[in-house]
Amino acid sequence: MRRFLRSGHDPARERLKRDLFQFNKTVEHGFPHQPSALGYSPSLRILAIGTRSGAVKLYGAPGVEFMGLHRENNAVVQIYFLPGQCQLVTLLDDNSLHLWSLKVKGGVSELQEDESFTLRGPPGAAPSATQITVVLPHSSSKTLYLGTESGSVFVVQVPGFRTLEDRTISSDTVLQRLPEEARQRRVFEMVEALQEHPRDPSQVLIGYSRGLIVIWDLRGSRVLCHFLSSQQLDSACWQRDGRLIVSCHSDGSYCQWPVNPDTQQLEPLRSCVPYGPFPCKAITKIFWLTTKQGLPFTIFQGGMPRASYGDRHCISVVHNGQQTAFDFTSRVIDFTVLSEVDPAAAFDDPYALVVLAEEELVVLDLRTDGWPPVQPPYLASLHCSAITCSHHVSNIPLKLWERIIAAGSWQNTHFSTMEWPIDGGISLAPTPPQRDLLLTGHEDGTVRFWDASGVCLRLLYKLSTVPVFLTDTDPSEHLNAQGEDEWPPLRKVGSFDPYSDDPRLGIQKIFLCKYSGYLAVAGTAGQVLVLELNDEEAEHVVEQVEADLLQDQEGYRWKGHERLCARPGPVRFEPGFQPFVLVQCQPPAVVTSLALHSEWRLVAFGTSHGFGLFDHQQRRQVFVKCTLHPSDQLALEGPLSRVKSLKKSLRQSFRRMRRSRVPSQKRRPAGSPGEVPERSCRTERLGLQNMELAPVQRKIEARTAEDSFTGFVRTLYFADTYLRDSSRHCPSLWAGTNGGTVYAFALRVPPAERRMDEPVRAEQVKEIQLMHRAPVVGILVLDGHSVPLPEPLEVAHDLSKSPDMQGSHQLLVVSEEQFKAFTLPKVSAKLKLKLTALEGSRVRRVSVAHFSSCRAEDYGEHHLAVLTNLGDIQVVSLPLLKPQVRYGCIRREDVSGIASCVFTKHGQGFYLISPSEFERFSLSTKWLVEPRCLVDSAETKNHSRPRNGSGPEKALGRARNSGSQSDGEGVLKEIQSTLEGDRRSYGDWRSQQVAMSQVSRPGVQAVR
Amino acid sequence: MNRSHRHGVGSGCLGTMEVKSKFGAEFRRFSLERSKPGKFEEFYGLLQHVHKIPNVDVLVGYADIHGDLLPINNDDNYHKAVSTANPLLRIFIQKKEEADYSAFGTDTLIKKKNVLTNVLRPDNHKKKPHIVISMPQDFRPVSSIIDVDILPETHRRVRLYKYGTEKPLGFYIRDGSSVRVTPHGLEKVPGIFISRLVPGGLAQSTGLLAVNDEVLEVNGIEVSGKSLDQVTDMMIANSRNLIITVRPANQRNNVVRNSRTSGSSGQSTDNSLLGYPQQMEPSFEPEDEDSDEDDIVIEDNGVPQQIPKAVHNTESLESLTQMELNLESGQNGFIPSNEVSLTLAASGTDTEFETRVPNQKLLEEDGTIITL
Repeated sequence: MRRFLRSGHDPARERLKRDLFQFNKTVEHGFPHQPSALGYSPSLRILAIGTRSGAVKLYGAPGVEFMGLHRENNAVVQIYFLPGQCQLVTLLDDNSLHLWSLKVKGGVSELQEDESFTLRGPPGAAPSATQITVVLPHSSSKTLYLGTESGSVFVVQVPGFRTLEDRTISSDTVLQRLPEEARQRRVFEMVEALQEHPRDPSQVLIGYSRGLIVIWDLRGSRVLCHFLSSQQLDSACWQRDGRLIVSCHSDGSYCQWPVNPDTQQLEPLRSCVPYGPFPCKAITKIFWLTTKQGLPFTIFQGGMPRASYGDRHCISVVHNGQQTAFDFTSRVIDFTVLSEVDPAAAFDDPYALVVLAEEELVVLDLRTDGWPPVQPPYLASLHCSAITCSHHVSNIPLKLWERIIAAGSWQNTHFSTMEWPIDGGISLAPTPPQRDLLLTGHEDGTVRFWDASGVCLRLLYKLSTVPVFLTDTDPSEHLNAQGEDEWPPLRKVGSFDPYSDDPRLGIQKIFLCKYSGYLAVAGTAGQVLVLELNDEEAEHVVEQVEADLLQDQEGYRWKGHERLCARPGPVRFEPGFQPFVLVQCQPPAVVTSLALHSEWRLVAFGTSHGFGLFDHQQRRQVFVKCTLHPSDQLALEGPLSRVKSLKKSLRQSFRRMRRSRVPSQKRRPAGSPGEVPERSCRTERLGLQNMELAPVQRKIEARTAEDSFTGFVRTLYFADTYLRDSSRHCPSLWAGTNGGTVYAFALRVPPAERRMDEPVRAEQVKEIQLMHRAPVVGILVLDGHSVPLPEPLEVAHDLSKSPDMQGSHQLLVVSEEQFKAFTLPKVSAKLKLKLTALEGSRVRRVSVAHFSSCRAEDYGEHHLAVLTNLGDIQVVSLPLLKPQVRYGCIRREDVSGIASCVFTKHGQGFYLISPSEFERFSLSTKWLVEPRCLVDSAETKNHSRPRNGSGPEKALGRARNSGSQSDGEGVLKEIQSTLEGDRRSYGDWRSQQVAMSQVSRPGVQAVR
Repeated sequence: MNRSHRHGVGSGCLGTMEVKSKFGAEFRRFSLERSKPGKFEEFYGLLQHVHKIPNVDVLVGYADIHGDLLPINNDDNYHKAVSTANPLLRIFIQKKEEADYSAFGTDTLIKKKNVLTNVLRPDNHKKKPHIVISMPQDFRPVSSIIDVDILPETHRRVRLYKYGTEKPLGFYIRDGSSVRVTPHGLEKVPGIFISRLVPGGLAQSTGLLAVNDEVLEVNGIEVSGKSLDQVTDMMIANSRNLIITVRPANQRNNVVRNSRTSGSSGQSTDNSLLGYPQQMEPSFEPEDEDSDEDDIVIEDNGVPQQIPKAVHNTESLESLTQMELNLESGQNGFIPSNEVSLTLAASGTDTEFETRVPNQKLLEEDGTIITL
């Protein structure tokens, strides 16, 4: 009865809930999906990226990020910043223009759309007449020049988007102003290039696609110069002093034209096909940049020999006799060159090349020899190989953090030492109070370690498990691919590499112990690796063990993939996490669950066949348990390949069709035999007709033990609890299956001094079968105070109070459908929450999180953060299992988003909104990582060189002066209270206060 | 107190009691220790023994002080019979297959004679048809139409009880649309419908659901606004005690009541679901909710048992006391000795259970741990 009544609203609890929970999507990490446009403001030093889904993202100094979304959801085609302004104009593929501006509100800048505009031609004009091909924001910041497909250039006033019709430069006008001899050819068509004179704002270069370039005098409305090329024009560039124009063409050539209004130039000064003599592809964009040294930089996109390298995505840099064709692994969307901003300076002196490729952003240092790449602090390509799993670890000890960074620095030696050149704006976000790691597992067998503490998701270190195995490809092959005298001088850049050598290498589960530095990684072919952090390079043999999960089950045939073949003999490992044990499950099914207990030195792993426990101290298998139901043939045969499941579903639908026809035939009274074929024909036809008309239907049936994949091990959990009797607690291992079964094993771990001498023993003590048979997705033990048991080594490191072992423990089993609390050691049902029965939603992810109050400094509660198959995020209270709050977070159709969700220990979370982007969200009022930044055109205008890391200090100084929230004291207080709230959760913080702040959080100490 | 005193005097021999047992036409007499009657099983065996019918299933009844014929089929009513017998315990035994359940009853002071004659002369009772009522242990919930009194006539609330049957629920649901009366006139709204019944399934065999019935609620929760998959999940989650409120496609078999909805019955039906939210609260008994709570635990003795409901506060106390006893041995969370804990666990094992579950595999790990 109770469940049908609305739970009474307790006002005090409701108030507390408001102090504890609040839902925000805070920031998007990673690289925008399907970027379609690039813009850069040299004055603001801010980069803008537009996407095909209509998003505009702005990036400045690390932490300075803005995001805007066009209502239209159309692709952003071009982005232009208004010179010297905090404003930008976007052109969408529906030919609409949108004006965005960064406005300061409450001390922080916000990106907002001010107005939009669609260019209208005269009535009756063809739509192409107003189809915008290129936009030139005039340096006066009052007008936009819009080049169109018809060849006309329209002038629009901003803000307000008022068309100044009298100033339109139509192709006819230009034609009339041309000298007689140039008029003979129809040279107009669409406008391809529109450039303002670098020194004289009254002159504009207009390039038409047929090859004509004119310099138009805006004041006198006349042609100052014209240049006629024999080739189709793609783009043009004005030299800094305005005395030279460089045009690039569809045949892969570029031409230099000296600008001299007095003498008409018929032929280019110089014409060049850089990758000739064979036919080349078009050069689509070109930069011609002067340097103090005299020799210019020529940087252009495309122009590769059509036959042999036509499929490459290249940008070439030519300077001082050096030439490199940077070869990108994905299509180049656009590029720009960062150079001297001051208009008075004599030379461009470019310092960085920024390339937006379809899958990554690459910045090259043009000042250093060899033009090395600069490591971006944001816009990381999360998907350089597809993400297969992720794992979040909160509050990393400084020691481990530094060691991981040190290991990563070994891998980053090829990066330039240049400061990140795009450094506009000021981040006002408080320094993250703790160090968080996000680990992503990838299809190519790598694990990437990301700094997830703040707004910028930064790659710290990359671990590859591939060297452990023998794979088809030899890594040395790649290195010899290009020799010295290769032409064109291709150089691969970027990290995006979607091709996996072997899908079996894919990482499926990750478990990192932040205290001991032990890492367990498991993959697609049943491989489980235990790794240890080593600061030195080492060469050693990885011990191999096979875990036969089928044990005595017989007569089964594994039709899936072979297991991976381990590399024999010693293997050389670079500094970082180095594997020392390899356990291979047999059959080599994908590892579905993994748990590591670094204190007991045990690792547990599960597949669709069973689970096992491995003692990585003694390098010995403790036990394996087969969880297969004897009738479950599917699980035995192999992984559900797409082909197979399709076949199966086809078979099923045919069967269904047949079945639906059977009753009607049976009911028919036995007639003469001659009648049968005709009638059955008719019923068959009827059946088919019904099939076609019948909508999707769902079978309603209780689950049975015979269902497929019931043995699939979904979750593994180590706990030191009362398993047998209430007098003694002991180490235990818990496993939950897809069929609603929970197994509990009592473990006997020898004491430390005899750890190597005596074997670890295990014995099954309990088996719980949930009658609703829904998959078990989480197991948790609460101590006598109903607080979740601490992580291994947490107590040993004084970071948590030891759990309460006096009161009775509780077992919490979370299935996809229900939350259930049981007493221990005698299992009796205590509480439950039947989620699915109430809402029709199922639990997809569950994780314990600590929620601190935003008001009371030392108040916090442990609860369950839950993600359902409908994309809702809920908080379910501990220990009473009462739903607290519910927020819609992910679209229910976004299956991959829901599958990728990972919660942190403090009520935040991440999920993939595209293959390359994590959305970060927060359920907590306290733990919010979101960009707070200020962009000021006046302030940022006067710096032109890359600054040397003066950002943070400035940010802090600013933070103190501006608004109430970012007030320095407020920040400090916030950090302090967060700390204390945190401590409170681990128990008696008063006694540990001093030790805590000194030992565990040196980073925060520094802030204080 | 009073009575036992009287017994003591009356029977002459303190603590023993005379039993007169009748099976068919035969009487047997024997005596029992009043203070130690033993278990019902033993008594049952004794009766079979004295009547020399060792392998015949019988029903045992006794005449209580009011002369009612009451059954003896468990320890409780056996003890009750023994303690109230005055002065002798009269037992009536019937073969199970010939049993006349109607003979049992309580309000039979008046019919007392009849009852006894019925039992004594079994051929008499053919006069009137009897409704056969099973023994309590055979009782089980069955699928039914419920809440007729609180639902609009056009709706039907159906409980499908899967419990105890091997039949599948056996139906399919689909998306569809239904016409509703709204303030803006008739409107087409999406709905969930029964699309197919599996022959021989619970839904079809009970006849409570039919194809094209519109599903309105699942276990008290409205399905409007929920997707087909959501409703599917809700139904499967409640599959052990599924209560579906439908609007039957065939409205001719509705229960007609002559109260409440006056006149404008036809149209108001759909609104009535919204109009009487309080009355719509289903009248489930508290046990309903827990009828699916028969999760099973297998402790290390290998016997599957239903997980009991936790009794609050007692356990912590118990653990406290035991904690003190074994404090010195439970250090570091390691098991100091396996044997102790095993014997402790095994002590609670009932021997009779072990034979019942031969299919339960005993555990063997590594050969190093003692197996049970």
